[in-house]
Amino acid sequence: MSSDERPRISRRAWITTTSGVIAAGLVKTQTDAIKLVAQEVPADPTRVPGRLVSELGTRAPAEQPKRLVRAQALSSSSRTPLADLMGTITPADLHFERHHAGIPEIDFEDHELLVHGMVDRPMVFRMSDLMRYPQVSRIRFLECSGNGGGVYNRDRMPTEVTVQALDGLLSTSEWTGVAVSTILREVGVRPGASWILAEGGDSAVMSRSVPLDKVMEDSILAYGQNGERIRPEQGYPLRLFNPGYEGNTSVKWLRRIEVTDQPTHTRDETSKYTDPLGDGTVRQFSLMMDAKSVITFPSYPYVLPDPGWWEIRGLAWSGRGRITRVEVSTDGGRSWADAALQGPILDKSTVRFRHLFDWNGRDTVILSRATDETGYVQPTVEQLWQARGTRTSYHQNHQRAWKIARTGEVTFGLGELV
Amino acid sequence: MRSLVTGLCLTIGLLTACSDGDRSATRATAASGEVAMAGTADGIPSHAPGRFGFGSEASDARVAMWDIDVRPDGEGLPAGSGSVSQGREVYNIYCVACHGPTGTEGPNDRLVDSEQWDDVPSTRTVGNYWPYATTLYDYIRKAMPQLTPGILSEDQVYAVIAYILWMNEIVPDDAVMDAQTLPAVVMPARDKFVVDDRVGGAGTVR
Repeated sequence: MSSDERPRISRRAWITTTSGVIAAGLVKTQTDAIKLVAQEVPADPTRVPGRLVSELGTRAPAEQPKRLVRAQALSSSSRTPLADLMGTITPADLHFERHHAGIPEIDFEDHELLVHGMVDRPMVFRMSDLMRYPQVSRIRFLECSGNGGGVYNRDRMPTEVTVQALDGLLSTSEWTGVAVSTILREVGVRPGASWILAEGGDSAVMSRSVPLDKVMEDSILAYGQNGERIRPEQGYPLRLFNPGYEGNTSVKWLRRIEVTDQPTHTRDETSKYTDPLGDGTVRQFSLMMDAKSVITFPSYPYVLPDPGWWEIRGLAWSGRGRITRVEVSTDGGRSWADAALQGPILDKSTVRFRHLFDWNGRDTVILSRATDETGYVQPTVEQLWQARGTRTSYHQNHQRAWKIARTGEVTFGLGELV
Repeated sequence: MRSLVTGLCLTIGLLTACSDGDRSATRATAASGEVAMAGTADGIPSHAPGRFGFGSEASDARVAMWDIDVRPDGEGLPAGSGSVSQGREVYNIYCVACHGPTGTEGPNDRLVDSEQWDDVPSTRTVGNYWPYATTLYDYIRKAMPQLTPGILSEDQVYAVIAYILWMNEIVPDDAVMDAQTLPAVVMPARDKFVVDDRVGGAGTVR
């Protein structure tokens, strides 16, 4: 089908959704957006045949969620547009990125995984070998432990910041591959082994040590994501996936696993991804992602056009297991109510929470806090400051607050109310 | 102790035999909720063979070709050596553009700060934050220089490490780094590192 046969889509029609016109800066509120969009309706689609089938689907032209990339030439990360997404699964092309030396080009047929060290039989696996082993699929979140670092410094607390910029180093996928335990069973782990070293085939040869009991419990050598093969920026053709652990340990472009009796103390587990606690010590191997929740709606830069019923929506997750409870406060933390949790609630996965809110039109602050199956409750930032000092760079899982002004404008933080 | 238990379980070959409290409970619920296949949570059915045999055994040469990591005890360090003065030349060719003439200017990571700290580090450099000197070999050999990793010879890597340690006032100006001397370097920040003590449960913010 040539472009001449398609229904004409005007330049203006490309932005004729409410979110589009708001994003384009044409109007500020949803109500105004609806009015503007109503003027720009294209030709009656019941009078024009639609376009034909295609081999590869695309999003509606007006719906173009994007990862957030800051200064592309220098950036080594991009962030998932959490406020644009529904449910829990992140479309693979919107999964956040964090690379340490760019995205390597690796051929599926040529890629090999070497497994050696404290094993009975050092082995090399081609991708076709790995795919022949029993397969597992698990829906799990992946979060960079640096996520949320922008709202920890007491002196630099931004207000005009999106949930994407704040916490967009979080994504959820169905990961498919072979259980690490299956492959270690194949090579025969020797007594006394207690760690593995996982090494990537990128030009940083990114390497992390992971406790053996963790990878035996539920880690995956993943080659699939959301039904398709893993994308290059997610480690094509093979990545380690450690559910619930900080994202950096899920080494991408995985080419080697060495079974050891001690951690290797690589650069990314010593000079990076460690936490100075303010008492002269530095926490190392802080691998677990503690329970956390974020409100994705309403959040900056959304403007509530009028008081009345609004549904507060967000995501909660824990590296220690299932989320059992999410509470929402609509009065700056004075009182809390249980939010509704959308099942199924999975182990080490995001859960969507919702809370109906009858906004009276006055200034207020909304917050969420998650509890996981261990009983751990998402702390306040003051609790984290007290426990860890104010100078850590990772694992900032404290409660997030959004201020709703009487104008309907939503900004980050507790504001002056609390 | 945990490692001993793990090793024992692996020897038995039954992960489910490893039971230490909460972990096994988690696994049980995960299995009932998410694993449809009969057998273990790992997806191996009970009638599976002890080994499948997919893949090929790796020769010693093959392992040696890729086994390039270096541990704090020195395992993995290659033969060769390099001095501070040799390292200065290497640094000024390959490193200076990103790390600056004295390792403090950037634009990339600051490498040098010999000033130590009590409560909180103001910088996180080789001199006041890196706990093990061997990590320099592991990292530089794998990942540096950033645009042409792998270009340095073994001697050059030792030399530039000697120079970086010297800039940080950790080794004297006649120091020579090799497979024996590098693991023996005691980094100023080594004893500052503690293992993660966070746990789950109510009232446990750490």
